[in-house]
Amino acid sequence: MRPRPRTGAANLTTEAEAAAPLVLARFVRHRRERRVVLVLAGLVLLVAAVSLMVGAYNLSVPDLLRTLVGQGATSENFIVFKLRLPRLTLAILVGVAFAVSGALFQTVLRNPLASPDIIGVTGGASAAAVFGMLVLGVGSVATSFMAFGGAMVVACAIYLLAWRGGVAGYRFVLIGVGVAFMVQGLLGYLLSRADLRNAEDALTWLVGSVSGARWPEIALLAAFLAVLLPGVAVLAGRMRMLQLGDDTASALGVRAERSRLALLVAAVALAALATAFVGPLAFVAFVSAPIARRLVATGSLALVPAALIGVLITTVADFTAQHLLPGALDLPAGIITGAIGAPYLLWLLATQNRIGKGA
Amino acid sequence: MLTSVDPGTTGAPARGSALPTEAVRMPRRRQLAGLLIAVALLVLAITASLVVGSREIPLGTVLDALLHPDLSLTDHTVVLDLRVPRTAIGLLAGLALGLAGALMQGITRNPLADPGLLGVNAGASLFVVAGIAWFGVSSALGYVWFAFAGAFVAAVIVYVIGSLGREGATPVKLALAGTALTASLTSLITIVLLGDSAAFDKYRFWSAGSLVARDLGSALQLAPFIGVGVLLCLLAGRMLNALALGDDLARGLGQNLVAARIVCAVAVVLLCGSATALAGPIVFVGLAVPHIARRFTGPDYRWILLYSAVLGPVLLLAADVLGRVIAPPGEIEAGLVVAFLGAPMLIALVRRVKLAGL
Amino acid sequence: MPQPTDQPATVAATTGPVAAPAASARHELTANALSLGYDGARIVDGLDLAIEPGAITVIVGANASGKSTLLRGLARLLPPQAGTVTLDGRNIESLPSKQVATIVGLLPQQPVAPDGIGVADLVGRGRYPHQGWFRHWSSTDDAIVAAAMAATQTLELAPRRMEELSGGQRQRVWIAMALAQKPDILLLDEPTTFLDVTHQIEVLDLLHELNHEQGTTVVMVLHDLNLAARYADRLVVMRAGRIIAEGPPAEVLTEAVVLEAFGLTARIIADPVCGSPMIVPVGRFHSTV
Repeated sequence: MRPRPRTGAANLTTEAEAAAPLVLARFVRHRRERRVVLVLAGLVLLVAAVSLMVGAYNLSVPDLLRTLVGQGATSENFIVFKLRLPRLTLAILVGVAFAVSGALFQTVLRNPLASPDIIGVTGGASAAAVFGMLVLGVGSVATSFMAFGGAMVVACAIYLLAWRGGVAGYRFVLIGVGVAFMVQGLLGYLLSRADLRNAEDALTWLVGSVSGARWPEIALLAAFLAVLLPGVAVLAGRMRMLQLGDDTASALGVRAERSRLALLVAAVALAALATAFVGPLAFVAFVSAPIARRLVATGSLALVPAALIGVLITTVADFTAQHLLPGALDLPAGIITGAIGAPYLLWLLATQNRIGKGA
Repeated sequence: MLTSVDPGTTGAPARGSALPTEAVRMPRRRQLAGLLIAVALLVLAITASLVVGSREIPLGTVLDALLHPDLSLTDHTVVLDLRVPRTAIGLLAGLALGLAGALMQGITRNPLADPGLLGVNAGASLFVVAGIAWFGVSSALGYVWFAFAGAFVAAVIVYVIGSLGREGATPVKLALAGTALTASLTSLITIVLLGDSAAFDKYRFWSAGSLVARDLGSALQLAPFIGVGVLLCLLAGRMLNALALGDDLARGLGQNLVAARIVCAVAVVLLCGSATALAGPIVFVGLAVPHIARRFTGPDYRWILLYSAVLGPVLLLAADVLGRVIAPPGEIEAGLVVAFLGAPMLIALVRRVKLAGL
Repeated sequence: MPQPTDQPATVAATTGPVAAPAASARHELTANALSLGYDGARIVDGLDLAIEPGAITVIVGANASGKSTLLRGLARLLPPQAGTVTLDGRNIESLPSKQVATIVGLLPQQPVAPDGIGVADLVGRGRYPHQGWFRHWSSTDDAIVAAAMAATQTLELAPRRMEELSGGQRQRVWIAMALAQKPDILLLDEPTTFLDVTHQIEVLDLLHELNHEQGTTVVMVLHDLNLAARYADRLVVMRAGRIIAEGPPAEVLTEAVVLEAFGLTARIIADPVCGSPMIVPVGRFHSTV
């Protein structure tokens, strides 16, 4: 048996020596995550720059920099500040919101495949929004409100239905799946009853798009995120304990049910907000956190990397959607996230399951 | 020693991803009695389907129309051109879905298996949509081959993905694989439809799961496929009973696992593909019917399949009839009614059953 | 041998405020007329138990006797259906959870480790109850974690990941995490169940050392009666949700008690290595008596 170090001046060095491998392990861990964050941030900057420069009217780098500082020509100002920058900002904000929402759901429900678009939360938003569009005939602002409300109502319903002395992850997920199907049915009903033109408009909303962004809306979304994201940061510590299972978390002083509820509320709010502003952008919430976790690979929450990946996905998808088809045709970003996300999702599922992390 | 126990006292037998092996051989009399009741319900449902609607047609006239058709009478035309095809489709689709659901639950040992939940319907839908949009298909017989292909691909994908990993295909993994696949395929379907107004218009009605606007011809064309599926089910009953004990035990009892899986898979594809081609993607019938059946039959799959074949049409026709009367003057498609009724059932199931192995 | 306490076996609940727990004070965990259960079914019924501070208490019993349930009730994982669990005389449900976590540590039956987590990271999480709102990681934390890992001989595993370790190693890491909490009372739910016999002895010897050198109160559920008899200072035998015997193993383990608790006919002899009672089952076929 190795002698246990006893306290005393002579043994402080022994203690420091003993702690050395810990400090090293922690340093290595943090360094890896820092590196991943830096690389991702760099990529985001790159994509952002390209999105601002390339288009029907190309700007060069010096032009762009000049315009950003406020010294560009009128036409350049218009292009950057009225067209491209709002769109880019919106894409960034919803990318963060979706990605963090997905990460929270997946950690709290302890299932790497749980996600707001799978368990009916964004479905509820969609149904409410489509209801607003097709039945009540409201404009886009009211549609957004309805989308937000729909998501919150559905999430509440799922939580209450899954409550049985506590909310177990699997119950929440399965009931969410059931609700998702019901909501799908409602959507089908609404789509089949409206006239074709309106139904097609609704379908376009359902695909999810970042176009038509305006600064007042963006400011509103940013304000909401400015409240929610720090809240998430505060709850992150509890979430790390919840990762260890309810029993261990309780033993470490975390009230498991309460923390779970708080985290779910934050997650639903984020998804609801993002959906209200851009529609249910497929798969961003689902895949961002698993990719981030795989890159960081240290068992940490990887919320910042997940957010950056979400941003990358939305910005790249939007850019691609804008420029994929020749001419002035603008595809909605959701098409790209859907087309790429679908096969990627299945691949992810397959590999998650294969290494035993499926459920 | 298996003892007979009145099922009323044992409470809900459904438990775990393995069906209760410590049950309870139901007294044969009870099973037969239940079957008679189910058949009676079926007759009732068929009658309702022929009689009820926006145009109330008395039973006597219906019988008249069937036996001595006189096409100059509006009532008779309604019965023969609208109600009979609708009822026939409801019968066939309900039969196919009920059986497919029972087969899926048996083969995956998963109480939550359902063609809609596990993405098989979505697969069939995607291929049908592709058929409509890119190959200009519009007849039921045309749909059906696409539907088969799509159902097959989806079933394979979901099963393979869901069973990767240590514990094999647990209920949650399969449900998630199915839901993820459905989400993916729905996204792809939307992409196909965005550019094609005509296809979207056709699709949005078809996907609501309506039994209407088909002629008897399509039902007759697909009947042989369903027939083959039903025949395979006759073989499947025994196999599923063995499988329910777990792979190792089943092998020990001499059951060829590969043969069993192939037979069931082929049957599922035929049945689901036909049902989807006939009536569009319908969820929850395959889920609900075997569970209801199990309350009366116990765990013997031969009986479960038989009951499912009868109760499936009952459920679907009842939903269709309900859809005709609850929203006058319009109708709500059977598929939507079932989605709304089935979801609470799934939720109730998840709530009260302690699903082991999740 | 455990330090003698001059308190009676059952502690009367004290009235009035209890002073904030000092680092070296002995904390007392007591169950009073405790009833526990799930979904309406009652598993533990009206049970009284005072955990002796500074001693190793082992709870044994047949399957479904309620021993894990009792431990979960003591650990505040299961709210009582009736009765109370008190820590130093105060109802444990009314105390702030972080404060309880600085006194009572738990190793649950099948702990979950997130994928890819490193050993050092996991043990470090045990410091959570001692850290405030803005988590400052100080060198004291480092020192405590290092000491916990040294005590469990897991320091050399620090850079590795949990999923690479063997069962015994993983169990020691979890114990290190519980130790990093610096609890005065350590509860363990079947810590040896999935380990081979070498690792079982390793873990139990570690707990013994902990108890003797640091005075940590240890309460654990064991399914192996002989190991329980060897390591326990006090043995609690349960059956059908009630305690049928309690006290030092030498007094408690009699053939009658074993028969009543487990339905097992057995002979009791003295363990040739340490003299504690050893159960030798009779069985149906191998008796030469």
